[in-house]
Amino acid sequence: MLMVSTGNKAVAIAVKQVKPEVIAAYPITPQTEIVEQIAEYVTTGELKSRYIPVESEHSAMAACIGASITGARTFTATSSHGLLYMHEMTNWAAGARVPIVMANVNRALGPGWNIWAEHTDSIQERDTGWLQVYVSTVQEAYDTTLMAFRIAEHDDVLLPVMVNLDGFALSHIMQSLETIDLGDFIPPLHLPHAIDPKNPMGYGTLTGPDEYFKFRWEIERSMRDSMKIIQATEKEYAERFGRTYGFTEDYRCDDAKVVIVSMGTLGKEAEVSVDVLRKEGIKAGSMRLRWFRPFPKLDFGSKDVVVIDRDYSFGFGGVLANSIRAKCGIPVYSVIAGLGGQEVTYDDIAGFVRDRRIGDELWFGVEPNV
Amino acid sequence: MFEVRIHSRGGQGGVTAARLLALAAIRDRKYASAFPFYGAERRGAPVVSFVRIDDKPIKVYSQIREPDLVIVLDSSVMDVVDVLHGLKKGGTVVINSAHKPNFPGYKTYNVDLTDIALKANLVVAGSPILNTPVLGALAKLGLITAASAKKAIAEMFTDERNIKAADAAFQEMVI
Repeated sequence: MLMVSTGNKAVAIAVKQVKPEVIAAYPITPQTEIVEQIAEYVTTGELKSRYIPVESEHSAMAACIGASITGARTFTATSSHGLLYMHEMTNWAAGARVPIVMANVNRALGPGWNIWAEHTDSIQERDTGWLQVYVSTVQEAYDTTLMAFRIAEHDDVLLPVMVNLDGFALSHIMQSLETIDLGDFIPPLHLPHAIDPKNPMGYGTLTGPDEYFKFRWEIERSMRDSMKIIQATEKEYAERFGRTYGFTEDYRCDDAKVVIVSMGTLGKEAEVSVDVLRKEGIKAGSMRLRWFRPFPKLDFGSKDVVVIDRDYSFGFGGVLANSIRAKCGIPVYSVIAGLGGQEVTYDDIAGFVRDRRIGDELWFGVEPNV
Repeated sequence: MFEVRIHSRGGQGGVTAARLLALAAIRDRKYASAFPFYGAERRGAPVVSFVRIDDKPIKVYSQIREPDLVIVLDSSVMDVVDVLHGLKKGGTVVINSAHKPNFPGYKTYNVDLTDIALKANLVVAGSPILNTPVLGALAKLGLITAASAKKAIAEMFTDERNIKAADAAFQEMVI
């Protein structure tokens, strides 16, 4: 069905179709309408789930872990400080190998108090063992949320997945959304290590130095294996429902001399910049990174690379830029832009490309630049 | 790409007007995106919402700086906001008013949406509903088809007075 939807509602509709057995959420700002809409579905009976309104995000994730470890499909949504408050439990979720799916609306961190788009909240979760995907349209938010369950619950993955959407820019924008008839795309969850509450056993007891590293390696191996599962899931989704995205969304990259790399809605805006630059004779392309964990293999050849980070690591720089430097062994022009919802237009992005200084860094809007 | 800015006051349904316009455009088989400007809103404060309509997918997420069309749902915001700010040369203004203001260099249309809403008894919590009748005015402009305007309204509201009011606005606005 073709409708108009916000990014928030698109996620909620996808969740309704997937029918998690347990949803736990904390409903205060910076939380979004995702859980409000799901609560409505549960109240009206459209979604027959157990909805647990907990007292904090830490408890939301704890409740999801508890439910998930019994083999129940679970979902939660959060944003910004809510995600940070979960941090202890997000590590637990990955360590316990529970396939929770969570939507995170990317918003800046305080202080100063700001509720606009920025990726630093989820970037700070990058080492927890969660798969992370960043989306750029309402349709993609919906499609990706559906695929996230299938990927998380796959036997070769069994890791939680975080679907990230830009605060306001995507969470609250209204665009067209084509919903699908899911059919049997997402089979019932079978968690091989599910515990049976009727058969009590000891779990989470001390794991010594001779065993612990094996569990960590298992997470790493599954993270690596998840690349294949993501690919296969996307392929099947494309075959059945006609839409595909990939690890990166590449726009006019093939013959490009300079490529703009970014995540989220800025990656769409960057495609417009590419068209502007091409008209000027600058052979530009845009690569919108979707999957940040696992981090895909990227090959830029001899192209110049301009990376836009909507995040930062103080004393280190843009996390995406440094990931590309490290993974690809190339110098890049690192632009920190769009923090706290800072307006970044396609003209601004075209300017980053025109004035690029490979090896340097620019904090957009700050003078003098480093 | 056609870009629209809607001026209203918090609580008057400017965001819903943007949503209805986007939905009508999508029913016309076009692409659309609609978004409010988010700040510290409160009821009664001047607010703006934006709509983009195009024949191809819309990739721009930044704010609309130079709209093709400005819609003023509450003419009293003109005391505190320059509604013509950034409006393209020769651009269009649609204002909810019994009187046509003089905006040299712009195509200006007026329609008394408040009167239409009151006559249709389209009043919620003491406030006339403006966001459904305005769709009739926009159909008259040719921005959306009348059929899609009605379809969009019917999809979001069951009360038939909304469509009647849109019809009245379509009839009353002089172009």
